[in-house]
Amino acid sequence: MASEIKEADHRASTSDSEAGNVDLLETNDIPGNSDNTLLVVSDSYADLNYVDINDSDIKSHRGTINALVKKKAKRGNSVTTADDGIAADANENNGRDDEDVSEHIDNTSGNNVENDSSEVSVDDSQDDCLEQNLADLSLQETEDIPVSHLIRSTSDSDYVNSLEWKQQRKHIFILSDSGKPIYSRHGSEDKLVTIMGVMQALVSFVQDSEKDNLRSIVAGDHKFVFMTRDHLTFVGISRGGESTQQLLLQLTYMYNQVISVLTHTTLTRIFKQHRNYDLRRPLSGAEKFFDNLLNLMDVEPGLLLTSVRCLPLDSSVREVISQTILQHAKVKDLVFALIIAQNQLVALVRMKRYHLHPMDLHLIINLINASESFKTAESWTPICLPKFDAGGFLQAHVSYLDEECQSCLLLLSVDIEAFYILSECKSRIKERLIRYNALEAINASLKKRSYSIQACSITDLRHFLYKARSTAQYTSPEFETPYHTKEEQERLFSLYYYLHDRIHTSGRPLKILFHVGQYETLLGWVTQGFELYAVFGPLVTKMTAIHAVNKLLRWIKREEDRLFILSSATF
Amino acid sequence: MIDLNMKSLEAKVVVLGSQGVGKTSVVIRYVGGMFSKAVSPTIGASFFTYKLTLEQYRVKLQVWDTAGQERFRSMAPMYYRKANAAMLVYDITSLESFYDIKDWVKELKKNVDTPIVLCLLGNKSDLESGRKVSKEDAMEYAASIDALFYETSALKNTGIEDAFLQVSKQLIHLYETVPNSGMGAVVNQHEPDMFSTEHSLKLPYKDEPTQPQAQSSSCQC
Repeated sequence: MASEIKEADHRASTSDSEAGNVDLLETNDIPGNSDNTLLVVSDSYADLNYVDINDSDIKSHRGTINALVKKKAKRGNSVTTADDGIAADANENNGRDDEDVSEHIDNTSGNNVENDSSEVSVDDSQDDCLEQNLADLSLQETEDIPVSHLIRSTSDSDYVNSLEWKQQRKHIFILSDSGKPIYSRHGSEDKLVTIMGVMQALVSFVQDSEKDNLRSIVAGDHKFVFMTRDHLTFVGISRGGESTQQLLLQLTYMYNQVISVLTHTTLTRIFKQHRNYDLRRPLSGAEKFFDNLLNLMDVEPGLLLTSVRCLPLDSSVREVISQTILQHAKVKDLVFALIIAQNQLVALVRMKRYHLHPMDLHLIINLINASESFKTAESWTPICLPKFDAGGFLQAHVSYLDEECQSCLLLLSVDIEAFYILSECKSRIKERLIRYNALEAINASLKKRSYSIQACSITDLRHFLYKARSTAQYTSPEFETPYHTKEEQERLFSLYYYLHDRIHTSGRPLKILFHVGQYETLLGWVTQGFELYAVFGPLVTKMTAIHAVNKLLRWIKREEDRLFILSSATF
Repeated sequence: MIDLNMKSLEAKVVVLGSQGVGKTSVVIRYVGGMFSKAVSPTIGASFFTYKLTLEQYRVKLQVWDTAGQERFRSMAPMYYRKANAAMLVYDITSLESFYDIKDWVKELKKNVDTPIVLCLLGNKSDLESGRKVSKEDAMEYAASIDALFYETSALKNTGIEDAFLQVSKQLIHLYETVPNSGMGAVVNQHEPDMFSTEHSLKLPYKDEPTQPQAQSSSCQC
C-alpha cells in the first residue's frame, strides 16, 4: 500500500488545495479495501463514458457466456486453455473511431441571467424564485430552437405541450436511427414524434458532415447530451446539477438496460434486418425498468460512483451466509449467486475467474426493485448483463427468502435447463439461513436502517460518501436533518454531483477539492484507494475539515468489516 | 394412513396466453386461493406446485405461469416442450386475445410431439357486459382442437377448480394409456415416501435437452 500513501501525499497542484494543508492528510490504511476482489473494479468514471462495452480493460476480467459454454464443451477432452481468446472473438464488433467533437452551441441570448463563471456556487445558492425565473426563461429558449411550435396541439398531446412537461427537471429520450420514438421519461413517446424527429435531425446533421458526433448542447441552464450506440440515440436533457459526463453515464445505464432486456446480438440483428423497426414491441413491459432505473439514479449514489452499497452486517454473519450459499449452490454452470435486500448487497458468491461489474449489479438491483411479480413465486427469467457478456442471456432464478419479501436470492446460470436444480439449492439455502438465524440478522439490520452520521462522532460533518475503489463498494450514512426532505436530498445530490464532477473532469482531474458554498462546505478527496465526498456545515475551516476526514477515515477503517464485503467467496 | 395402493404422478402444466388476460390471477386463485387486484406483470416465468389426490393417484402439478409480454415469447418453447398439459387463457372481453390462442395452438401442434392435454380458458367471465368472445364460438373452437373448455373468473372463483380437476383427470388417463407420455412418477427425496418407490415406473424421457447452449443464450424474436 506504500504507493497509495505517496499518491495521497503527492500534491495536487490546483488552486483549490494549498500545499501546506495537504500534508495533514494521512492515509495509513485505506478502509474498505481488499485484494480479494468481489466485483469488477472499473475506475469508473472516465472509462465508462466513452468506451464501448468491449472495453479491453474490462475484457480481461469479465467472462462471457460463450466462454463458459465452450469451456463446458472442452471439459470432455480435459483440455483447459486460456479462455480469454474466446471471449475476445465472441465480441468483436464496434471498433468505432470515436472522433467526437463536442459541440457547444451556447445559447447566450439576451435573456440569459446568470452565468457565474470562475468559482461556482451556483447549485447551492439558487433560491426558489430565481429557479422559477430560469424555468420560465428556458421555456422561451426552447422556443428559440424551432421545436415546440412544430408540435401540433391536439387534445391527446396536451401533456407534452404543457408547462408541467417542459418544467420537468430531467428528460430522457431514446429513439432509433430513423427517428422512431422508443422511450420518454415523461409523457408518452407517441406524442413526441415531432420533437424526436428534430433530435434525430440534429444528430444526423452533425454525423453527415465529417463523421462527427453531436455530444452536447448547452442552452441557458439546460444541458442536452446525446449518445449514439447501436442504431439508438439516447438524449438526456437536464437543468439539474449533472455535468455532461454524468449525464452520459446515466445514458450509458439506459443503454445497458436496453441491452439487458434484448442483448446486443438481438438489438443489432433487429436493426440490420429492418432499419425502421419499432423497438417498442420487444421492449414492451420493460418501460418500468427504465423508469425505475432513472428514479434510482436520483436517490442512489451508487450509480454515480459505479459502486454498490452493502448491507451492514457482522462479518461473522456475512461469512455464514456466503458459506451457506457456497456449500449449497455448488452447481455446474452457476456463475453468480447473490442476496440483495433493499437495494443493498448482502452476499455474493461468484465462479472463479468471473467478476460481476457494479453496473451489471445495478441492473440486477433494478430488476428486483422494479418488479413485484417475483414476490408471488419462484421465477426463472433471462437477463443479459452487458458488462459480463452483452451477447447473450444468463438465466436468473429469483426468489425471496422470507415472508416479508426482504431478502432476495438470485442464482444466475448459463444453463437454461437449470431451474429445478437451482430451486432445490434455494430450498436448502433458505432452510440453513433460517436455522443459523441469518435471515433474522438481515432483517434486524434492515430495520435499523443504515447508520447515523452521529455514529462517527465528528462535529459539523453532515453527510458523506465513501467509495473503496478496489472493492467497488461505497458507504454513506442515512439522510438526516437537514437532508430529511425530498427537496433537501435533491440539493445534497446536486452538491455531490458538483463535487464529483469538479474532481473527475477529464480536462483537469483534481485530487483534493475544498469548496465553500453558501449552505455547506464540501471536501472531496480522491486517491488510488478511495474516493471521499464529505459535506460539512458552512462555517468549517479547511483545517477542521481535513482533521475531520482523517478522523472519518479512521472510523470507517474500524467499521470496515461491517460496512464492506472484504473477502470474496468463489465456487 | 397412507394408502398403499396410491400411485403418484408428477405432471408439468404450462399456462399460455396474451398479456393481461389473467394467467397469473388464475394460477394464484387455484394454487393460493386468493385474488389480488394488483397483480404485476410476470417477468420470465413463475413456478408453482400444487398437490391433489385424484382416483388412485397423488398428483403433483408443476405449473409454469409464463409471461405474456412479447419479449418473453421466445422463452415459451422451453416450457411447453416438456409440458404434459397446456392451459390456453384468453380474455372474454378481448377478441384479439382469443385470436392469439390460435397462434399458440398452431405453435404447439408444430413443436410438441408428445401427447399434451389442452384446455381453453375464457377468463374474466365476470365482465359479461364487455364480452367480445361468445361462449359458443369458443366452445366450437375448443372442440375443433380437441381441448377442454371452461369460462373462468379469477375474481369470482368460478370454473378454475373444475378446469384443473378435469385436466388432472385427463393427465391420469394419458399416463395410463400412453406409455411415453413424458410424465414422471414422483421421485421426491424430501418426503420419505417409501411406498411409492415400488410403483415408480421409469419412463423414458423423450425430451432430453438437445439444443446446444449457445443457441439458448440468444433470443429468437
